[in-house]
Amino acid sequence: MEVSVTVNGTSQTHDVEPRTLLVHYLRESAGLTGTNIGCDTSSCGACTVHLNGESVKSCTVLAVQADGQEVTTIEGLANGEELHPMQQAFHECHALQCGYCTPGMVMAATSLLDEIPNPTEQEVRIGLEGNLCRCTGYHNIVKAVLQAAEGNA
Amino acid sequence: MIPAAFDYVRAGSADEAIAALGEYGDEAKLIAGGHSLIPLMRFRLAAPAYLVDIGRLDDLKYVRDGGDHIAIGALTRHRDVEINADVQSQCGLLAKATSEVGDNQVRHRGTLGGAIAHGDPASDIPSALLALRATVVAKGPNGEREIAIDDFFTGFLETALEETELLTEIRVPKVPDATWSFQKFNRRAQDWAIVGASVLVNGDQAGVGLVNMDSVPFRSSAVEAAIASGASAADAAEAAAEGASPPADLNASVEYRQHLARVLVRRGLEEAGR
Ligand SMILES: Cc1cc2nc3c(=O)[nH]c(=O)nc-3n(C[C@H](O)[C@H](O)[C@H](O)COP(=O)(O)OP(=O)(O)OC[C@H]3O[C@@H](n4cnc5c(N)ncnc54)[C@H](O)[C@@H]3O)c2cc1C
Ligand code: FES
Ligand code: FES
Repeated sequence: MEVSVTVNGTSQTHDVEPRTLLVHYLRESAGLTGTNIGCDTSSCGACTVHLNGESVKSCTVLAVQADGQEVTTIEGLANGEELHPMQQAFHECHALQCGYCTPGMVMAATSLLDEIPNPTEQEVRIGLEGNLCRCTGYHNIVKAVLQAAEGNA
Repeated sequence: MIPAAFDYVRAGSADEAIAALGEYGDEAKLIAGGHSLIPLMRFRLAAPAYLVDIGRLDDLKYVRDGGDHIAIGALTRHRDVEINADVQSQCGLLAKATSEVGDNQVRHRGTLGGAIAHGDPASDIPSALLALRATVVAKGPNGEREIAIDDFFTGFLETALEETELLTEIRVPKVPDATWSFQKFNRRAQDWAIVGASVLVNGDQAGVGLVNMDSVPFRSSAVEAAIASGASAADAAEAAAEGASPPADLNASVEYRQHLARVLVRRGLEEAGR
């Protein structure tokens, strides 16, 4: 069936099977491979995107559920060559190693700051509990989110 | 992993959803937030031929003051329950239990109605609704009916909803003066509860609902009776697992779950000031 989604500000229409997961729609139909798949169990958060401005796990949303809605992926955050403040903070704080979790982490973290503009360290840790990182031990990720939040003060 | 193929029907109203259920019978499944159903469909543990999407029924997304209760539309998302000021002040236990569901992403999608209709004994939310003595409203081809939460859960992943019924509203009695506690025991941050306990203390009455202690969300009547007859928190909590048939799995044996229930209920009663 036809599904129209506004992805990173651009409206797209694709003919997909109803069973298509949003993450596959984004990667295969929309050609945006920044959003990763890291598990089969809705646990890892690598697939996190914004649906109407809020973080969701795109492996647990059907593309048809996003029909007519707005999706932002990691590709939609930067302003041209200028990184989003969260991306800049991840870069400066060395908040990634292999980088596989990073798109999902950044999308979860930006949504978190929309809800809690100036979180405590504990609020950042709890707010990112749906995102797993196998490399960093989380320490620098938390540091980056707190640094990005300083811009909100 | 992707779900088996199905036909997708988007309901424009509750009546349309009920009509679709009538037409497709047990080949159809409703989908609200999809955060219980899509994981099952990905593993092909569920493979409905028709998926009836009720996610756009905006008139079932609300939190209202119903006089002696707070009325919450079945399609209200966990996030919107968790941060609602009336839910927090009138039935704070529900706000707290909801805030412990999964992670932010899950709470942006999952709905209160879905969490109940799924009938999962491992879900946090039914335990709070048991403790709060909520009532749910179901709508079918012949109109609406109220179901007490104690009559709602009939078996593992089974509820009192008829095949053609939709859950429309959850009514939670206002208990602004009650004290409460939500206790969730798990090993990792976002995990489901190995055992959980919702404890509400309202004067000399208690409400105690347990997570993952039976094939259905479990009311610990023995603890409630002990509190009503004046027992201390420690003594009352000893009865927490009475009458329950907890599952055994990789996380915990039956005996360990019984132990956890006693410990969590005691902590809950103490935190609630009993
Ligand atoms: C990663 C992850 C972690 C989670 N962790 C927790 C946790 O820690 N604690 C917890 O309690 N839950 C947890 N959940 C489950 C979560 O709470 C679900 O959102 C919720 O159980 C189901 O709500 P839903 O709207 O997504 O329902 P859906 O998945 O859409 O539906 C679930 C079932 O209910 C039926 N249904 C839905 N709405 C209605 C209605 N209005 N009337 C009749 N039938 C209806 C559907 O047909 C289906 O059978 C987790 C889920 C995920 C993916
Ligand atoms: S791919 Fe792991 S949560 Fe979506
Ligand atoms: S940087 Fe490798 S998984 Fe997070």
